[in-house]
Amino acid sequence: MAKAKDWLLSGLVLLLGRGRRHASHPDPRRIVKKRIPRPGAELAALGLLALSSLSAIAFVVVYAVDRIPWDTQLLGLALGFALVFFATALIVIGKELVPEEELVDEYPPAEHPAEQAAIVETVDEAVDGITRRRLLKLGLLGTGGALALAAITPALSFGPALKIKAFLETPWRRGRRLVDESGRLYRADEIEEGSFYTAFPEGADKEQLGAPLVVVRIPKRQLDLGEMTGYDAEGIVAYSAICTHAGCAVSMYRVPTFRPVEPRPALVCPCHYSTFDVARAGEVLYGPAGRRLPMLPLRIDGRGFIRADGNFNDVVGPTWWGTRMKEPRP
Amino acid sequence: MIARTVRWVDRRTASAPLLRKTLRYLFPDHWSFLLGEVALYAFIVLVATGIYLTFFFVDSTREVVYHGPYTPLQGQHMSEAYRSVLNISTTVKAGLLIRQTHHWAANIFLASIILHLFRVFFTGAYRKPRELTYFLGVTMLVLALLEGYIGYSLVDDLLSGMGLAIGYSVGLSFPFVGANVMEWLFGAPFPGAESLWPRMYVAHVFLFPVLIGTLLTVHLLLVVMRHHTQFRQKRAATEHAIVGVPTWPGQVPRSLGLLAAVAGVLFLLGGLVQINPIWLWGPYHTYLSTNGAQPDWYLGWLIGALRLVPGFDVVIGNYTLVPNPFWGGVLFPLVVIGFLYFWPWFERRVSGDLAYHNLLDRPRDAPLRTAVGFGMVVWVILVFVAGSSDRVTVLFGLSYTGQIWFYRVASIVGPIVGGLIAYRVCRELQAGETVEKDRHRAEVEARLAGMQTEP
Repeated sequence: MAKAKDWLLSGLVLLLGRGRRHASHPDPRRIVKKRIPRPGAELAALGLLALSSLSAIAFVVVYAVDRIPWDTQLLGLALGFALVFFATALIVIGKELVPEEELVDEYPPAEHPAEQAAIVETVDEAVDGITRRRLLKLGLLGTGGALALAAITPALSFGPALKIKAFLETPWRRGRRLVDESGRLYRADEIEEGSFYTAFPEGADKEQLGAPLVVVRIPKRQLDLGEMTGYDAEGIVAYSAICTHAGCAVSMYRVPTFRPVEPRPALVCPCHYSTFDVARAGEVLYGPAGRRLPMLPLRIDGRGFIRADGNFNDVVGPTWWGTRMKEPRP
Repeated sequence: MIARTVRWVDRRTASAPLLRKTLRYLFPDHWSFLLGEVALYAFIVLVATGIYLTFFFVDSTREVVYHGPYTPLQGQHMSEAYRSVLNISTTVKAGLLIRQTHHWAANIFLASIILHLFRVFFTGAYRKPRELTYFLGVTMLVLALLEGYIGYSLVDDLLSGMGLAIGYSVGLSFPFVGANVMEWLFGAPFPGAESLWPRMYVAHVFLFPVLIGTLLTVHLLLVVMRHHTQFRQKRAATEHAIVGVPTWPGQVPRSLGLLAAVAGVLFLLGGLVQINPIWLWGPYHTYLSTNGAQPDWYLGWLIGALRLVPGFDVVIGNYTLVPNPFWGGVLFPLVVIGFLYFWPWFERRVSGDLAYHNLLDRPRDAPLRTAVGFGMVVWVILVFVAGSSDRVTVLFGLSYTGQIWFYRVASIVGPIVGGLIAYRVCRELQAGETVEKDRHRAEVEARLAGMQTEP
């Protein structure tokens, strides 16, 4: 780095065609050392300033004339070069035109004992007429604390801190139908094996964490739902689309196309690759997630539409202290 | 003219004595002393470009339908915030230039702070009497990380929304109070209340910049009051005497030149090198995500840590004591930042060195510090690289699980090995110098002896 600087400087000096000459006799009456005039460097600085001005004007022109294409690039080039030329001019001035001085000065002393003593004395003498100093100090501290408490109290209005119920609510309840992103109802016969569907509760806000589902169809014989047996509807299973690890949407469906490598169909969250077993009630197969994906029981109504058959088996969303203690609520 | 201005100013402010001293204040010369200055200038560019962006940004997540000039997103539902940033990028003239320059400046700001931190750490510049300056610097690093994170979260594109969801989950994972604090902060469970965006906005454009600006001012004042540190490289430079270039005329053109150079490079980057093309990511919805997503580089160490932790929550009965993201998202950064805060104290305890220091160490002069510091750097870098393992899998098809196991082992072994090597290198360099010095002295003595015996 220092070398690069030296090279750059010597390049500049060569370019200007004259060597460095130092004033040989420092004048004791001067504050700043005298430097021998360097017309070449002055010319270079002026040239750079002119280039900088031209670039700045180019910026205005590019901005003003609508016909010029690539305006972001050209504006950046013009403004960037205006500043870089200006910087170069300043560095030529600093290095080649003004006197180069290397001065020595004293560091401030480590401390000022006399002043310290005077400060302590001043503070002490101001209060030595007070008899119950200790009590007064306590009073001041107490009042300060009380005022600070009062000052931060309005911040409580930010949001409820104790309304844990809000974390448990989902828009799902028995009988609610599944729709796609545009609100169209899902029919059971559209759900194909090896594909992946995002579903929402009919008529509800899609953005709340409890709303989105991933829906897939698994051959019934492959399903091993354990406690959740019966949650599927003819092999169609639905899980919360929100990863229990860090709240991202579980948006990848790993269909077992390469059997020896990826033995089980699984849902994968792209954020940290938590992987959930779709055939085994959303158990964690891999990744940092600490608990399974919540599962929603389904049924198919008489007209072939898919409906929820209750609420999730677990609390939806990223994990917090009460996730395992509570039940999801409608 | 100058005489008249000086007289006018002095008569109004009585500041001539101070100004006179300021003009001859000394700046020791070393390239590494510019890193902090670069951070300062990047901050100036951030404030300037940021103010411009506030004139166009809308801090609302109200849902709107896009009908702007960018056809691929025609008719899509999105938040007003995202639409306003799309407009800044497409219809506001010079808007994209300013936005990209702002983003580049944020990256350079954090990079230069971190390099500045390395310089300060490995030269022992934080030692007495400059501990406060150092603590303020570390605090500003933390604030800058949060500020950058909130900044790109505000855009509400798909990547920024995923990042916010992860940040929210990391907050939730805090034992005992996580859910309560996050509900309070967001106004409601994710994606939060309507007021979340105004909150993040005022934090990004007011609270954090003002905090950083204030700490920056105090940081610089402290530097000036105790004067700069310096290397031993010059004979006249001692613990009591500072050698350097005076503010005027030497330093002013150099510093202004550096400011212009930093700004110039940032605008060139902003104009020529695309960064965060938000129109490609599309709007965020809680039910959307994308593979191979990465945060801005300065948060890469956190995503790496989140990836490396094996899948478990600490559970007592059915009470979840520690949800998984706590380890990587909270504990890991706390350890690293805590190390930075406690190191000066720890070093004082170990070395018993309570003296004042105006001269800097070279890394080899303090092998223990260099070894521990280098070990920490290796640790954070390995975890950082682990954060990119999904990209490596997507791009090169390397096994993801294999990579994660490799980094789990490497992030434990690597820092120890790195620290030991650094220690050894410091010792070797020291030994080499001693040999050199001895030989030099022997040569001088021999010559002197020769001169005495010859006549």
